Amino acid sequence: MSLIHRLRRASFWPMLRKEFIQMRRDRFTLAMLIGIPAIQLALFGYAVQTEVRNVPTVVLDQSHTPQSRRLVDMMANTRNFRIIRNATNREDVRNAIERGEAAAAIIVPPEFATDLKRGHTAQAQVIVDAADPLSSAAAISAAALTGARSGPELTGRSTPVVAPVVDVRVRPWYNPESRSSHYIVPGIIGILLTMTMVSITGAAIVRERERGTLEQLVVTPIGKTSLMLGKTIPFALVGYLQVTVILVLGKLLFDIPLRGNLLLLYLLIAPFVVASLGTGLFISAVTKTQVQAMQLSFFFIMPNILLSGFMFPRAAMPEPAQWVGAALPLTYFLTVMRGVLLKGVAMNDIWRDAVILTGFAVVLVAMSVRKFSKTVE
Amino acid sequence: MTSPSQSSVLGPAVVTRQLRKTFGHLVAVESLDLEIKRGEVFGLLGPNGSGKTTTIRMLTGLMQPTSGDAMVVGFDVRRDSEAIRRNIGYMSQKFGLYEDLTIVENIRFYAGVYGLIGAERESRIAELMDELGLTERAAQLAGTLSGGWKQRLALACATAHRPAMVFLDEPTAGVDPAARRRFWEIIYMLASRGTTILVTTHYMDEAERCQRLGFLSRGHLIGLGTVQEVVDQFKLPSIEDVFIELQRRDEGAAA
Repeated sequence: MSLIHRLRRASFWPMLRKEFIQMRRDRFTLAMLIGIPAIQLALFGYAVQTEVRNVPTVVLDQSHTPQSRRLVDMMANTRNFRIIRNATNREDVRNAIERGEAAAAIIVPPEFATDLKRGHTAQAQVIVDAADPLSSAAAISAAALTGARSGPELTGRSTPVVAPVVDVRVRPWYNPESRSSHYIVPGIIGILLTMTMVSITGAAIVRERERGTLEQLVVTPIGKTSLMLGKTIPFALVGYLQVTVILVLGKLLFDIPLRGNLLLLYLLIAPFVVASLGTGLFISAVTKTQVQAMQLSFFFIMPNILLSGFMFPRAAMPEPAQWVGAALPLTYFLTVMRGVLLKGVAMNDIWRDAVILTGFAVVLVAMSVRKFSKTVE
Repeated sequence: MTSPSQSSVLGPAVVTRQLRKTFGHLVAVESLDLEIKRGEVFGLLGPNGSGKTTTIRMLTGLMQPTSGDAMVVGFDVRRDSEAIRRNIGYMSQKFGLYEDLTIVENIRFYAGVYGLIGAERESRIAELMDELGLTERAAQLAGTLSGGWKQRLALACATAHRPAMVFLDEPTAGVDPAARRRFWEIIYMLASRGTTILVTTHYMDEAERCQRLGFLSRGHLIGLGTVQEVVDQFKLPSIEDVFIELQRRDEGAAA
């Protein structure tokens, strides 16, 4: 038989065709798969944004000088801080934060203006309720930036100040306005792909096991490869559709920058999609019911949300949490996505992460193919 | 007309020699020696847990035997399971249908999986739908069909590739008597064309329709032959009495 003839007869085609018919018929799932990106984007994008901005803040200005008032104004102008009132003393500040009345406080000590005049580093303190790390991270970075910018203005000197005026040691990330929607969009792409590829794919194969159609397939000549490819390719296409929906909406709603090469972006999504599909296949190979598969996918998705750097910066995590994060494909995918989308980096800056992702893809697919056997034992 | 695959016309359809399957300490099938002739309608009977399904699963390549040998339509179950899969059809108790696909989509899918393409596939689909009386509801979703329709559709899917042998694992469980009769007419039609049939059943009237029977009890083949031969062997008035006697013995041994 010629190669073309064999390709035409490959049992992969009927499998693929069947999957598309089933997907088309299951309107609800299909609508969810396409609708979820939009909803998630709106949820994360808007909710996270309003939360990070307008952090209720009390002010304890012990300096009572034009300089100190100017500093507080600059802080307020970042719109990360919403000044609710002036505090009377440190005890009052503590109480306001403990009661939850305020989530941040700006304290300007009495010697602030004099230190400035003498050319010393003037210290101001920003206290942040770190219980909500997202808000606090944004508040801290806004404070640090304001501190750095306020130097020339407050001293009236145009020469750059070597020492920071406001002494908050936080490294601001590359999203200088703390526009979390920018930061979160690449993350949503990653999380969404993980959810779709892992849990839906896992459940799709287990469903065949539950309904007895897998047993039927096993006694046909269909090959493992045809079975797995036919089953997963439609989901990979759905994944790409989801990415496109998020990118378009992200651009329209949040004006996220698309700095990098889109072709490179779509290319780099492939190893991550394959790795996630491999995980889904593996889950389907080791579980017997859809409920089990769902539970196992949830178990897998949680650390992805928490430890990959999707919500919290990995650098701030304790070491064991970082190790777990390092074992997740999403961690590298986020680096790649943020790099390409926000920073516009080219292949030579992220090739290491791309290689690791490809490694994950190969290993996970190999593992699931090994585990998935064409018998019913 | 259709004829079964000519892959290996010589020799019997099934030969097993000391076939054995264990799950841990549990012996599911023990020292099974069985021979089924080409074109025969063979019934495998026995109480639940007697090893019927395990035997079918070994013969169809769904399970590897623990020891012993088996040849199915001329192929070794250990070495040639892929060749066996191309030459047999299998219909399980669960039917293995996609409930969200229509009748014609189900048949088209399985015909495609068995390597049929293009015009050849479409003409075979039309033929199957006609012979099994499925044309009328071609565009109906399988999930909305009654038991008898599902059963005939499952048989159409399992025989799309004109297999030399068909395995039917309790095919008529939960199907009304009229549909059962119709189903058996189709089975005889397949057999008349030279297709070997192995069927397991709990219904005694169905057992009596088989040309030869094998009785399994606790993994052992304890009765083999035509209905009359088996009845004589156990010195009981009917097949049903044999069945009940066996079940009683099994339960006694298990207690």
